[in-house]
Amino acid sequence: MEKYRIQGATGEWEVVIGLEVHAQVTSNAKLFSGASTAFGAEPNTQVSLVDAAMPGMLPVPNRECIRQAVRTGMAIEAQINKWSRFDRKNYFYADLPQGYQISQLYHPIVGEGQLVIEADEKAGIPEDKIIGIERIHVEQDAGKLMHDQHPTMSYVDLNRTGIALMEIVSKPDMTSPAEAGAYVRKLRSILRYVGSCDGNMEQGSMRADVNVSVRKVGSSELGTRTETKNVNSVRFVMAVIEQEARRQVDLIEDGGSVVQETRLYDPDRNETRSMRSKEDAHDYRYFPDPDLLPLELEDSFIEECRASLPELPDAKRQRYENELGLTPYNARELTAEVETFGRFETLLSATASQIGKPEAKVATQVANWALSVAPGVMKSLGDEADPANATAEAQAKILAMQDKGEISGGQAKEIYEHVLRTGGDPEAIADEKGLKQVSDTGAIEEAIDGIIAANGDKVEEYRGGKDKLFGFFVGQTMKAMQGKANPAVVNQILKDKLG
Amino acid sequence: MPETANELTKLGVKEIRDGVAGGDFTAREVAESFNAAVAAAAELNAFIVTTPDHALAAADAVDAKRAKGEDLGKMGGVPIGMKDLFATHGVQTTAASHILEGFKPQYESTVSQNLWDAGAGMLGKLNLDQFAMGSSNETSYFGNVNSPWKKDGTNAAMSPGGSSGGSSSAVAARIAPAATGTDTGGSIRQPAAFTGICGIKPTYGRCSRWGVVAFASSLDQAGPMARSVEDCAIMLEAMAGFDPKDATSLQMDVPNWEAALDADLKGKKIGIPKEYRMDGTDQAILDSWEQGKAWLRDAGAEIVDISLPHTKYALPAYYIIAPAEASSNLARYDGVRYGLRDLPDGAGLQDMYAATRAAGFGDEVKRRVLIGTYVLSAGFYDAYYTQAQKIRTLVAQDFENAWAECDVILAPTTPTASFPLGSLNEDPLTMYLNDVFAVPASLAGLPAMSVPATINEDGLPLGLQLVGKPFDEQGVLNAGLAIQQRAGFEAKPEKWW
Amino acid sequence: MSVTREEVAKIASLARIRMEDAELDRMVPELNNILDWVEQLGEVDTSGVEPMTAVIPNTLRLRDDVVDAIPETSGGRRDDVLANAPAAEHGFFGVPKVIE
Ligand SMILES: [Mg+2]
Ligand SMILES: [Zn+2]
Repeated sequence: MEKYRIQGATGEWEVVIGLEVHAQVTSNAKLFSGASTAFGAEPNTQVSLVDAAMPGMLPVPNRECIRQAVRTGMAIEAQINKWSRFDRKNYFYADLPQGYQISQLYHPIVGEGQLVIEADEKAGIPEDKIIGIERIHVEQDAGKLMHDQHPTMSYVDLNRTGIALMEIVSKPDMTSPAEAGAYVRKLRSILRYVGSCDGNMEQGSMRADVNVSVRKVGSSELGTRTETKNVNSVRFVMAVIEQEARRQVDLIEDGGSVVQETRLYDPDRNETRSMRSKEDAHDYRYFPDPDLLPLELEDSFIEECRASLPELPDAKRQRYENELGLTPYNARELTAEVETFGRFETLLSATASQIGKPEAKVATQVANWALSVAPGVMKSLGDEADPANATAEAQAKILAMQDKGEISGGQAKEIYEHVLRTGGDPEAIADEKGLKQVSDTGAIEEAIDGIIAANGDKVEEYRGGKDKLFGFFVGQTMKAMQGKANPAVVNQILKDKLG
Repeated sequence: MPETANELTKLGVKEIRDGVAGGDFTAREVAESFNAAVAAAAELNAFIVTTPDHALAAADAVDAKRAKGEDLGKMGGVPIGMKDLFATHGVQTTAASHILEGFKPQYESTVSQNLWDAGAGMLGKLNLDQFAMGSSNETSYFGNVNSPWKKDGTNAAMSPGGSSGGSSSAVAARIAPAATGTDTGGSIRQPAAFTGICGIKPTYGRCSRWGVVAFASSLDQAGPMARSVEDCAIMLEAMAGFDPKDATSLQMDVPNWEAALDADLKGKKIGIPKEYRMDGTDQAILDSWEQGKAWLRDAGAEIVDISLPHTKYALPAYYIIAPAEASSNLARYDGVRYGLRDLPDGAGLQDMYAATRAAGFGDEVKRRVLIGTYVLSAGFYDAYYTQAQKIRTLVAQDFENAWAECDVILAPTTPTASFPLGSLNEDPLTMYLNDVFAVPASLAGLPAMSVPATINEDGLPLGLQLVGKPFDEQGVLNAGLAIQQRAGFEAKPEKWW
Repeated sequence: MSVTREEVAKIASLARIRMEDAELDRMVPELNNILDWVEQLGEVDTSGVEPMTAVIPNTLRLRDDVVDAIPETSGGRRDDVLANAPAAEHGFFGVPKVIE
């Protein structure tokens, strides 16, 4: 696949992309006040006097928000700054009660780090690529304005005001919409692994400011960039880059020049436009917040953060491949999301103990079940399935029965259908519905004897060298057994008897 | 007014507290006396609002406790004035600004709550320089505060100092036994000196800033203003204490300063900073400083010369740092959530901000907000703000070096005595110079106190300042007590209101 | 360094304080007086000096992640929050319509 290029009238252009991702920190209370962070409450019900910036109110930082930022920094292999501090970013807006946002400009809590986006040939990422991360800082979220409730007024809801955000600033290391998309997905996956952000983009838990500039292929100078604010899905991030790169190339080629400005993305029209309301706000007069002393992290705090980190996506994927023997595809699919690997690992452990084999011995079977068989059954049942019935215990029992040869693959699916509908015990269902393979050699021998007797000619042909006929005998036997014979046993007995 | 009522308003904090506890009079009698004195002193313009019912209710609660034999608290039965910079639940809190006119907080500042919990009651909200910006009490939206003092042989209205000028005026006039003040760059000490009372600014972080309208966060400290060192010690004990709502609050126990008061200074070294001998300082002030040395020597202390070389730069550094912080702290007064809203016809949001703040802020506030905005703006930040913060470090280091040679520093509180209202407001700079001796201790966050020393040839009070090591309020109070005992300052303003 | 009338107008706009011509005329020399005076700080050699961060030896205290732990800094008090609002509408603060 070719590198991402914009074809202009004057030649080929490339795009340079940096992302500032705002990720809402998972915490019960706000960054500097005790009000709740829960989503979707009635307007202004989760607002403390501090959040409303009443006269004389003061910020006191929430340890958990600091902890989550540090853990996130560790997950991107970043430098953790033991000494950081909060600064005020001053500007006037109705969603900003204090008249300043408490943020970190001069001394952020997390310094340089990186993450790896994986090769994806189809998407135009030929090989794994390291994306540098400049910094992570902690800051307050703003409130929300509503413009459509009243003919002449906007309404202000401060519920979101003061919730902790991590601003994760990438280096301008991305050169295509696909890379930017992969970066956001990877970052989201890491945040969710760490548990520092729920990654819910629809609810605004993760939003990206997309910095885009273009330059002629071969040029090493950076062009003037624009920043498109608050883009809230991976798809939109990619669309913004496409639109913005095209717009900038056209603008420059028409003899104009790109203005460094803040823009807004309109998904309905798939275009970006200048954000006039923020135009004169460029002089933020940052200075250290005099209400807050410097933030000094103790070694024990940092150690606890490190000790509490889970296995991260890259490490887990490699372990799945190397220790569990999964295919790269399966390993990647299973480790992409917290929920997926969580379900997989629970099922793997239940199945291994049910069967009495090491996890590595059953991992492939469980991975196939988890990635294709089980979702297939669930999907085919539609509304009839109760997802609550999809317990690890039930699935492990089914997989164990299959492993022991008591049921066939088809029977496993059928049993699982019943489980999903009724929540019943798989073993009981198998007994009740007769969904078991017969491994009883007596019954199978009897059936085979009958088939051999009835098909003397075929037996002769087979013995004469027509090996293909073995399938015929298997089919006849299974038919006689109403499909319930254990294929392995059938094969063995047939081989013995046919000689 | 009955004779006894008049007598009661002569009493200070300790005398009232002990008298109520001992049954000499009731808290209600005290509250009624002071309520009447406040009502009769409207000409001072010391109060923006009076709250006689609050004082009475608190007094009744104390009397009821006494009847039950319960503990009355450190300030049991003492009615006080509350600087209108402290948020008081349901009682208008304005910072003396039009922009907060009518604002009734739905919360109580930690310091005021501490005082009510200690048995104090509130006579009213005291006038001040708008947002505590000023040194003469001429910047209040609610009018100038008059000092109860007059220059001998004149009838000119005199400045009670600022910004805690309502507090100093009320306490000096005996219409309140004590009052809260706040000190950002001398706002407790300078008005105390101008009116012949005591006032202490404790170590930064001793008193919670929660619920105090912010001027300059890294400097603001609350403290008591009263007529004696003992009263200041008692009231500071009630006001101070760790507050989890203020991230700069000191996590330390409040010492029992009152009990440890001791005017014997044997073994103590008192530092005399040579840089405080500045041009433009009144001879009478310099004389009182000499007198102060003699008193402290008499109390057993050794007097040593010290040097605080960056003193000269403290005031200009303060006039960068404080306005910078203020420009940001005052951004919240925007007409959206409380206070004044000026919405001209067809105005958008940003126009509303500009109109509201133009109408709501007084000239001095605007001046400082503009200075603060300028020194923080792109391209100027390092030259002004960063340089000022470095000089602040040097000023603090000067003090640290001095502590190797002395325990407490003695200096004048102000370069001059009080002046007639209106005489200095031609040029803001001349006004700023009032705080030249007070500001260095503010920049270094140190405890500092002003104690009345003497009366000058015009019949106006002069104060002496004591500055201590961090957390050593006791050292400051003890040296203050030694001066108080030797100065025998008995002068009081003649009642003209 | 001194500020021009134009610069003062820009600062006033940044600070969101409307200023009429007469007020600007008055303010310019006043601000320049103050700025000229603070200029003397430039005399001091501050190389190697750290800007002040904490005036008193003290470190930033962090609080536990507990909702509504202290009543005074808790949520769930909309009436208190809106009590002084110039325009409280249906539980919101009302402001002149903003066009983004
Ligand atoms: Mg941004
Ligand atoms: Zn941000």
